[in-house]
Amino acid sequence: MGRYVIRRLLQMIPVFFGTTLLIFLMVNVMGDPIAGLCGDRQCDPATAAQLRSEFGLDKPVWQQYLTYMGNVFTGDFGTAFNGQPVTELMATAFPITIRLTIIAIAFEVVIGISLGVVTGLRRGRPIDTTVLILTLVVISIPTFVTGLLLQLLLGVEWGIIKPSVSPEAPVNELLIPGLVLASVSLAYVTRLTRTSIAENARADYVRTAVAKGLPRRRVVVRHLLRNSLIPVVTFIGTDVGALMGGAIVTERIFNIHGVGYQLYQGILRQNSQTVVGFVTVLVLVFLAANLIVDLLYAVLDPRIRYA
Amino acid sequence: MRGATRARWAACAVAVALAATACGGGDDSGGGGADGIVSSSWGDPQNPLEPANTNEVQGGKVLDMVFRGLKRYDPKTGAATDMLAEKIATTDSQNFTITVKDGWTFSNGEKITAKSFVDAWNYGAALKNNQKNAYFFQYIDGYDKVHPASGKAGTDTLAGLKIVNEMTFTAKLSQKFSLWPDTLGYPAFAPLPKQFFTDHAGWLSKPVGNGPYTIDKYAKGSSMNLRKWDKYPGDDKAQNGGIDLKVYTDNNTAYTDLTAGNLDLVDDVPASQLKNVKADLGGRYINTPAGIIQTIAFPFYEKAWNTPDGAKVRQGLSMAINREQITNQIFQKTRTPASDWTSPVLGADGGFKKGLCGKECTYDKAAAKKLIQDGGGIPGGQLKISYNADTGSHKEWVDAVCNSINNVMGNNKACVGGPVGTFADFRSQVSQQKLSGAWRAGWQMDYPLIQNFLQPVYYTNAPSNDGKWSDKKFDDLVDQANAETDKAKAVSTFQDAERILVQQMPVIPLWYQNGSAGYSDRVSNVALNSFSVPVYEEIKVK
Repeated sequence: MGRYVIRRLLQMIPVFFGTTLLIFLMVNVMGDPIAGLCGDRQCDPATAAQLRSEFGLDKPVWQQYLTYMGNVFTGDFGTAFNGQPVTELMATAFPITIRLTIIAIAFEVVIGISLGVVTGLRRGRPIDTTVLILTLVVISIPTFVTGLLLQLLLGVEWGIIKPSVSPEAPVNELLIPGLVLASVSLAYVTRLTRTSIAENARADYVRTAVAKGLPRRRVVVRHLLRNSLIPVVTFIGTDVGALMGGAIVTERIFNIHGVGYQLYQGILRQNSQTVVGFVTVLVLVFLAANLIVDLLYAVLDPRIRYA
Repeated sequence: MRGATRARWAACAVAVALAATACGGGDDSGGGGADGIVSSSWGDPQNPLEPANTNEVQGGKVLDMVFRGLKRYDPKTGAATDMLAEKIATTDSQNFTITVKDGWTFSNGEKITAKSFVDAWNYGAALKNNQKNAYFFQYIDGYDKVHPASGKAGTDTLAGLKIVNEMTFTAKLSQKFSLWPDTLGYPAFAPLPKQFFTDHAGWLSKPVGNGPYTIDKYAKGSSMNLRKWDKYPGDDKAQNGGIDLKVYTDNNTAYTDLTAGNLDLVDDVPASQLKNVKADLGGRYINTPAGIIQTIAFPFYEKAWNTPDGAKVRQGLSMAINREQITNQIFQKTRTPASDWTSPVLGADGGFKKGLCGKECTYDKAAAKKLIQDGGGIPGGQLKISYNADTGSHKEWVDAVCNSINNVMGNNKACVGGPVGTFADFRSQVSQQKLSGAWRAGWQMDYPLIQNFLQPVYYTNAPSNDGKWSDKKFDDLVDQANAETDKAKAVSTFQDAERILVQQMPVIPLWYQNGSAGYSDRVSNVALNSFSVPVYEEIKVK
């Protein structure tokens, strides 16, 4: 397994450089960011030139990329246009988004898998049909609609939650945004689990376990569920990265100052340092999540070995 | 027991992930409530919060609360009145002697003297400090030495500023400029305490000023808590205990928070909510003119647009735009059709003259078509209006303007919109003269003076004259107006210059923008000043 991990880690290197280079080029083709710093008027040329050289924007793109990557390895992600180091922005934004992501994943795991098990075991019954219809509804409604609707109902009409999350973003305020963020994935997890459970319920080893006279609970949890979780774990694992990067909509609706907000601001202000920095970290998160998922397979199914 | 160890391993990984995020909380500080604190929406300032480096409204809001300069613009009339200035004297409109009032201090106790101003202005003007508002000091003698158009600066101090004694300094301008003292109310001219120069990073993380509020807590990018400064020596003391500014990622969320009773003041009601604002807020909605005018500009660096008959085409295009209908339907009356090149916030004495543009800015289908045809038609047969598509819902009104022009011309392709992805890209295309057609333009005043609406935008080679329009007669009149010692005479000479804009129509005035705000029933006495910033210190909490 050690060799497998090392090979995977080595594979990450070209992916890492490739993605950062792509992002760097994309941000750079959008034009001159300094021109947008002075509002509807022209920046005075001397100040603009000096800012450009301070941010290294007067150098060729390849040179900017090399300098940038060199700095990244010393932990320096550059400075945002408002004078804050990007690492400082990350230090405030990432904990919040990670918290939100964990809440969303928790919802997916707890609600999604339980619903999936229940419906998978009771295929064709009314509860199965109801959940199937419900998940279909959730999947077909865009997140921003669910978000705005819940915000309006729970926040404004009934006053159960505050419509916006405070800057510190404590866990209790993130519950509803987390649910909104999780909603679509949650529906997928339910459906994936249901199908997987329903399929494996007819497998030989389940019949054997039942025939041995094992208690039903043990059959379902130890034998049936454990084997049915592999596709679900894959989905949830890749979802970690998607949730963190895709939180832009949810974060905007509920005023959460996380990664999505910083990325949005960075793109709007064409602040390449912020955008590239945050995306770089997101890429790392995505790669790490994928690695962990692959390693978890062995936990779920001992037959899977890594060489 | 292989399975068990593996399970423990996985559990550890999850535990580490959780610990890293340190399931934080922190006490609940939102909502305002106690001690007469007003909570208000805010946006993340784009630049570091330094007086000479802040050129947008969000940072300007804070500067307005924590700083007072030599002059202050009256929140109601916009007139420049003395604040820290005891006296600003001149005999020739070029050499000014400025006396600072005694008895003012910064909130850290440091006395404000002539040096506090001279040091701050030198800092703001010096090229090495990258201050985006450095051009505010351009009229002071020696600016070209500390801030050359290219190359290195020879010196860091403005030759035109001299300290006479503790409370007095003199300013020599490089040209006559009678209205110059009235520009000193802009935050860029604020005094700065010693700490700003000795501990710059420390000051930036918690700015210290001399205004009615002090900064209690500043979490960059998310919130700022300002508290009333009890020892504030000015007359405009805060009427409330403090202001909590809260950064919103989306002004729709801020508006939702206001309707849920979670926020006291929103100073930018989103366009999509304008339909509901009456029902939601009743009388607690403000819609007053701000010092912003929106226009359509043309490229005079392009031969096709710089023709002797071109003025007729531009006048015709101006007459082809149904301003009344567009401001009513698209902007829900939050814009006022423009009939001159200034803004109503100047007032009649300040130089605003309703209807100065006359019939050239009035919708008239027949006359418009005739003028355009007399002038040789639209260059290239098609008018393309470029705009940035990322913010400000420019697409809607550009399409409406084009629709109006197309109707007049009886041609579906006479006018089209030209979207540009980001604001930065749009601005760089405009400033590098890359656009060959028209583009959306706008001017937000720096200070409520008619000079500010004309000189920086239409004077030959002025910094914001993006279309490179040039007219000798206009330039002469502006110079003449600046040299005038009598203020009323200066204003009327500026208006004479403005009449040349009617004949030449270098840009088409569209409408004046209003500031809009909504507030909760907890607070009263809410108003917007002419920069469309709430007058925070006057807000009363019930």
